[in-house]
Amino acid sequence: MTDVAPDPFRNEKALRRLKKRRAADARFRLYGLSAIAFALLALSVLVASIGFQAISAATYHKLRFDIVLDPAVIAPKGNDTPAEISRNVDGFYTLIRSNLEATFPEADEDRMASRQLGELVTRLAVLPTAKWVAENPTQIGQTATIKVPLNDDLDLYLKGAVSKEFRLRLGDISAVAETAPRQVLLTGAGAFKALESLIAVQRQEVGDAVDARSTLVSSGTAMGRVTSLSTDTLEMTLLTGSASDFRTGRPMARMIALPESQRNVSDLQIAWTLALKDMGRISRVPHTSLLTHTDSTYPELAGALAAIVGSLLTMMVTAFIAIPIGIFASVYLEEFAPRNRLTEIIEVNINNLAAVPSIVFGLLGAAVFLGFFGLPRSAPLVGGLVLALLTLPTIIIASRAALKSVPPSIRAAALGVGASKMQSVFHHVLPVAGPGIFTGAILGMARALGETAPLLLIGMVAFVADVPTGPTDESTALPVLVYSWSTNAERAWEPMTAAVIVILLLFLVTMNGIVVLLRRRFERRW
Amino acid sequence: MVQQLGLLPMGWLMLALLAMLASGGFFVGRVQAERFSGAGAARTHSRPNYHGYYVAMWTFVPALIVALGYGLLGDGIVRSMLASELPANFTDMPRVELDVYLNSVARAAYHHGYTGADRVFSAIMNRFLELQGLVKVATIGLALVCAAGGFLLARRRVAPEFRARNRVEGGIEIFLFLCAAIAIATTIGIVASLLYESLRFFAEVPFWDFLFGTRWNAQTSAEFGALPLFFGTFMIALIAMLIAAPVGLFAAIYLSEYAGPKVRGWVKPILEILAGIPTVVYGFFALLVVAPAIRSVAIWINTTLISAGLASEPLLAAQPTSALAAGLVMGIMVIPFVSSLSDDVINAVPQTLRDAAYAMGATKSETVKHVVLPAALPGIIASLLLAVSRAIGETMIVVMAAGQRARISADPTADLTTITVQIVALLTGETEFDSPKTLSAFALGLVLFVITLFFNLIALRVVQKYREKYD
Repeated sequence: MTDVAPDPFRNEKALRRLKKRRAADARFRLYGLSAIAFALLALSVLVASIGFQAISAATYHKLRFDIVLDPAVIAPKGNDTPAEISRNVDGFYTLIRSNLEATFPEADEDRMASRQLGELVTRLAVLPTAKWVAENPTQIGQTATIKVPLNDDLDLYLKGAVSKEFRLRLGDISAVAETAPRQVLLTGAGAFKALESLIAVQRQEVGDAVDARSTLVSSGTAMGRVTSLSTDTLEMTLLTGSASDFRTGRPMARMIALPESQRNVSDLQIAWTLALKDMGRISRVPHTSLLTHTDSTYPELAGALAAIVGSLLTMMVTAFIAIPIGIFASVYLEEFAPRNRLTEIIEVNINNLAAVPSIVFGLLGAAVFLGFFGLPRSAPLVGGLVLALLTLPTIIIASRAALKSVPPSIRAAALGVGASKMQSVFHHVLPVAGPGIFTGAILGMARALGETAPLLLIGMVAFVADVPTGPTDESTALPVLVYSWSTNAERAWEPMTAAVIVILLLFLVTMNGIVVLLRRRFERRW
Repeated sequence: MVQQLGLLPMGWLMLALLAMLASGGFFVGRVQAERFSGAGAARTHSRPNYHGYYVAMWTFVPALIVALGYGLLGDGIVRSMLASELPANFTDMPRVELDVYLNSVARAAYHHGYTGADRVFSAIMNRFLELQGLVKVATIGLALVCAAGGFLLARRRVAPEFRARNRVEGGIEIFLFLCAAIAIATTIGIVASLLYESLRFFAEVPFWDFLFGTRWNAQTSAEFGALPLFFGTFMIALIAMLIAAPVGLFAAIYLSEYAGPKVRGWVKPILEILAGIPTVVYGFFALLVVAPAIRSVAIWINTTLISAGLASEPLLAAQPTSALAAGLVMGIMVIPFVSSLSDDVINAVPQTLRDAAYAMGATKSETVKHVVLPAALPGIIASLLLAVSRAIGETMIVVMAAGQRARISADPTADLTTITVQIVALLTGETEFDSPKTLSAFALGLVLFVITLFFNLIALRVVQKYREKYD
């Protein structure tokens, strides 16, 4: 019968307080989780958006020509040297041009159309063909099958990146009449009902803007642009092909959401491209020229080869300078340096240099290597020197950590059997620390490979049309190519830039993969 | 004949020469030492190899110095010799144009020759090759003479009681020290070049006008008021830190206090991927995805406000490139710099402090807030300072996504420019080292260097103090 004293920790107030505190704890945990979620989300959006763009650049469209390599056009003098033939871009382009004109005779009618037909293939796209013929002169006069890249905007159109497009099949056509030259009237009971309702739905969504849109109707290789429409009749202007093409089968209608005035490809060019595709002359092939071509002002002809070679040359210079010097410097600081003021200054210096903005190293390169020593601009030699200075602190810090992790017993044992200090370090400590040092060196190289700003300041941003052959040739580098392509205005450069980024990231992933493997293989706990 | 010599591949030749000198020196020294040690008569201090190394060192190093001197100065010497011989219409040219001309001469001389009709050009090219040949032959001669001198000096000392190993090791130690001293040389190089060019700039533009002027227009007219650039730099760094500080800090707290070893083992490396992505990739991401998104959001806000009657004209600038886009992406980039260093310092807080708090009945979050964070505060501040310094010095993201217009505007959707953007804009393309335009880039670089150095020094100091506290 004793009164239980009220538990001061279990009364209502305390329990409420405890609940609040637990809620606060859960909230705090949630903040942490959401911070991590945010970072991971940002990373995945970044990777996804670039990957998505890059995938669209992994393939591109090529146009096939079966043409006679007419000696009168490609070797007009009769005794042209291979060099002259390979430079005769005009001749080869004329062949392609006349082939297209024969396929689409309607382009002859006005100059505008003729110019647009010429835009299907960029003039310089015939350069590889010209080189091939120059190397194989027996081909002259023969029929050859050549494939050239399609214009970048039409390539984007075929990939569906130019505009949203609504497609539907029309009903059966009962009569086809040519009311005026190139004006065609299609009749069919209820054949155009679906198209009419599509336009009605679109009118509700975008209002009168729907009138500015092109509606194209195609059958086989023929295509026309709709001018007026009812449930049973459709009037159109023929873009390519002939009215008789519409007699058989059910035509296909496509409404292009972006009005013709707002895109780089005209209705006529779309009609030709689709006709060529229908003829089986356009094929989607892997974009290998991205790896085998050098830079160009035309996206469909551009490639990253010069930049890849430039980056490799730059990395070679950097590695030859930064890795040995970094290792020797760390050996000195870790094993030999006396504890004095000078050593302390060097150490503080290295730590500071590791945090100096990379662009400051670019200024150093511009002022000292270019201005004072007069080394050539835009050269991998200078780029490599600047990047070597930039990565040196990283390599030194990593190597010192690796040397530090070697147990003192190894040094003591070496010294105990009569080795000199130098011998103990170079014969025993350094080999043991090797994998760690190598890891740090690769990480430093990976950082150097991604650096852009210092290279801009020493002029490695130049347009480079030739693959550099040595460290003093004019050159550019992969990250700089990413920058310069991203500043180009045309839409087609976006996926190209993303593709170069993927190439760059593949190099970095490989380097980091080596690091992970090394760590797994050689990590040792003492 | 001399012209042919001008085409000598000096790099390979010098490499071969140095290799030959070193191996020759080694061989001679070793053979000489073997003669007295092989007999076993005398007790030698060093093994024959060390005598070889000693002679090789003395043969190799003088020649190496000559070769390095040629590598750094050779081309410049030839060019200035050639320039002094050129007729007046060349010497009156601006330095950059002359350089470009001489570059084309060098290219013609080395790569494809010249068959055109410009006789002055081909004469200059031939003279260039002659001078190259003279300098190259002189260099090789000088290298050989120096090597021979060193060789003779060293060879005379080879003797049974000579302490060759100690000498060689001393030489190696000097070499190691020189490698370490390159860090100092780099800093001196940075400071000297920035200071030298900046002083030339401040001789033309008053220091205070540069620091506190509000109009920047270096490209077209000579207006060098850098305040808008400082404003843009700090504005973007501030936006970046508003993202990176909370996210990085909370991520670090979660990883070190809440997450199990498995989650930690996965998430930590993934976060570090963010630090390994090249900044130009972030810049492209900002340009491609973030900037258009921010622009459309800003336009939406404008139209909503106007249609709601809350504003009569667009409130936000809604530019295609904006401070917010650059700041946001930079914030993402900086997250791992905050999180990984903070994670380290939080982990370094002794477990006993946590256990004491738990024993008092504190929840996990209370322990973190009242015990762990205060204890780790100096380290966390240091990590934030390093992140700020990184954000201020970051170049590619702002070059691609922040814009070129120098102005002071608190609107985050407006385009701003920064110190680094202007340095890149001023120094890309043909640069002439004498115009105030390019010199101003070095003055901006000096400001950038001083600011980041300030942040770094404080941060490093704090970290050092902190390490001492718990070690």
